[in-house]
Amino acid sequence: MATNVLMPALSPTMEQGKLSKWVKKVGDQVKSGDVLAEIETDKATMEVEAVDEGTLGAILVEEGTDNVAVNTPIGVIVAEGEAADAAPAGAAPAPKAEASAPAAGGSVPEGAKPGAPDLQEKPKAPGQPGPGPTADAADHALKGGAPEPDAPDVPAGTKMVTMTVREALRDAMAEEMRREPKVFVMGEEVAEYQGAYKVTQGLLQEFGAKRVIDTPITEHGFAGICVGASMSGLKPIVEFMTFNFAMQAIDHIINSAAKTLYMSGGQMGSPIVFRGPNGAAARVGAQHSQDYTAWYSSVPGLKVVAPYSAADAKGLLKSAIRDPNPVVFLENEILYGQSFEVPEGDDILVPIGKAKVARRGKDVTIVSWSIGMTYALKAADELAKEGIEAEVVDLRTIRPMDIDTVVRSVKKTNRCVTVEEGWAQSGVGAEIAARLMELAFDDLDAPVLRVSGKDVPMPYAANLEKLALPTVADVVAAVKAVTYR
Amino acid sequence: MAVAAELSRAEDDAHDVSGQRNHFAAFTKGEEMDSYYDMLLIRRFEEKAGQMYGMGLIGGFCHLYIGQEAVVVGMKMATTPKDKVITGYRDHGHMLACGMDPKGVMAELTGRRGGYSRGKGGSMHMFSKEKNFYGGHGIVGAQVSLGTGLAFASQYDGDGSIAMAYFGDGAANQGQVYESFNMAELWKLPIIYVIENNRYAMGTSVTRSSAQTDFSKRGVSFAIPGMQVDGMDVRAVKAAGEEAAEHCRSGKGPMILEMQTYRYRGHSMSDPAKYRTREEVQKMRDQQDPIEQVRSRLVKEHGVTEDDLKAVDAKIRAVVAEAADFAQADPEPDPSELWTDITL
Repeated sequence: MATNVLMPALSPTMEQGKLSKWVKKVGDQVKSGDVLAEIETDKATMEVEAVDEGTLGAILVEEGTDNVAVNTPIGVIVAEGEAADAAPAGAAPAPKAEASAPAAGGSVPEGAKPGAPDLQEKPKAPGQPGPGPTADAADHALKGGAPEPDAPDVPAGTKMVTMTVREALRDAMAEEMRREPKVFVMGEEVAEYQGAYKVTQGLLQEFGAKRVIDTPITEHGFAGICVGASMSGLKPIVEFMTFNFAMQAIDHIINSAAKTLYMSGGQMGSPIVFRGPNGAAARVGAQHSQDYTAWYSSVPGLKVVAPYSAADAKGLLKSAIRDPNPVVFLENEILYGQSFEVPEGDDILVPIGKAKVARRGKDVTIVSWSIGMTYALKAADELAKEGIEAEVVDLRTIRPMDIDTVVRSVKKTNRCVTVEEGWAQSGVGAEIAARLMELAFDDLDAPVLRVSGKDVPMPYAANLEKLALPTVADVVAAVKAVTYR
Repeated sequence: MAVAAELSRAEDDAHDVSGQRNHFAAFTKGEEMDSYYDMLLIRRFEEKAGQMYGMGLIGGFCHLYIGQEAVVVGMKMATTPKDKVITGYRDHGHMLACGMDPKGVMAELTGRRGGYSRGKGGSMHMFSKEKNFYGGHGIVGAQVSLGTGLAFASQYDGDGSIAMAYFGDGAANQGQVYESFNMAELWKLPIIYVIENNRYAMGTSVTRSSAQTDFSKRGVSFAIPGMQVDGMDVRAVKAAGEEAAEHCRSGKGPMILEMQTYRYRGHSMSDPAKYRTREEVQKMRDQQDPIEQVRSRLVKEHGVTEDDLKAVDAKIRAVVAEAADFAQADPEPDPSELWTDITL
């Protein structure tokens, strides 16, 4: 019986990829394990192997095709004597034809990919064509007909280019490494492998092994080495493959990096950036899906940054590298592949410690950051349809927290909902709620509500994982509660 | 019974120390005098610190270096001022040996504004960028990774400097030590790991805590060469330090020096002194005291008189007294200092 060869997922967060090459051609005999084709994403490259014996009966997606959705049938393997057109495009129940429409903005209907990783909410709202600056602040503001939000961080007339968060982060590092010879990158698989999540792609080739350094799998050790190097005047960028593994190194982040300036009476500090993906990815279970934002944000001596858009990722990482203090730079794996408009230019920085009003509104303030912004912005869209105008504040930096911007907004809206993927207890939302009580109690017409990850370790099962994370519906419900609607 | 057996084992080890001396050249009279001064300064300073702790002028923890003076003084004689030093919490001796001002160190112990950290660091957390002293770290073993980073910077900058990370037999059992050893040898970083084996991690003797009690072998699985050194003899320390420094500076990577030494005082001021006998301590003081060894040679071999030595002693006492006076007279930090130096 004929079997479809499906576009495989290379990682739990992959939605689409490029079919770069067919190794077999129609009519070739294949047996289990033979390489059929090569596919690539911005993150990785992989060979597609046959899992059945037979003949390659048809090629459904030509080589060189970009944006092939995961689980799209790309070829057909037929058994001996079987005709290629017996291939059951509809026989395999999972993939649907629409998935092969590569420009579908990466949004794969859920039913189209059983067994594929369940994907988080994406920042691209339905109906918005991708790729593009879909979730950028201006877009949302214009959509809602609201006035222009906070002045952009760049001068008028600056050329904008579309790039992913991943590319923005890499460009930030490369530009700063060109500018300052004391900046170097160290971490697991940052050099020859080109980055476990391809964020450091190409840096080894440009800057060499002296400045792009692969380490053994020893977070505690190399974090300490980099803090020591920073005390001696270098400017390290430490990449943690994920912040889950930084728990091995948290002693150096807090006891060695954050406290040295104070303990030395200002003589010696630690100008260092600790960066890497933080929080839940997709389907990787409890030990690989934890949000550390609140942990680090409680430590004086650290700066803690958690950008959402590519422009902020780039501008803030550049600021972090130039900052004379230890900066914990929390990225998000789900956001790595998302595209935004980014201002072109080596000297465009986004200041640490400044929030951004991403969408204007008058009825409620939604405060979020990093991937939480995807829920916040989509909820604002939904609410707008029901006549509720939400103002969305992207905190961007968690410490020092720009609470002034939040307070200013709440004084106008008198209501606030916070959105984070981390746990609620002692979370960042709890901190915002407390500060609003202290600073804007008389302006509140309703209790501040927190939308957060559920108070459980992250489960593996797709349905449970979905339940554990916040949803757009949670945000909408919280807003309706505080607006008494 | 078990305790008695262990102590006698420890004493046997102590005898072994003298049998494991390296070959080394005799000191000149000038070297003997310099080392005498530097070691005696540390001892008198520490005695005064202990006294002031007892008077309630120094708070928190206070870990004295008395008995171990030859280690840091010999290593400083073997290296240059541009070489970097980092250590753990028993750090007063290292700071004095680096040439830091005793007044600034003592004032930090009393938590005053003239202290090296403006009173905000305390006994365990002091630094001097000027003297290439990188602390003063209160987390056992942290200085080993940090020190390896100092050596990384030396190599990166190509400035010819090396780093010395001092840590004890207790810290030598921490995991990050071996992570650091691996990377240091892998990348040929110029660092001397100076393991000050004073026989006790707080109250736990080496034989009760360590499967491999020969600390010079702790780098074997990373191919880091090591040496056991009589850490009570400043000449042996200097000779071993010179060899290790040459090894590092020539690009061969790290080296381990196990300094066999002894702490006369308790782990900290609140030590119960129940884990070893008074006789054991007394025996080390009588037979192997690092300062007495030099003093004896100065008199017997270099024709230095008791009056000469008394003059040195008087000078040191004056320096220490001045430090103690300053540390008591200097005001506490201004309350506004609470909010400074958190971030730049």
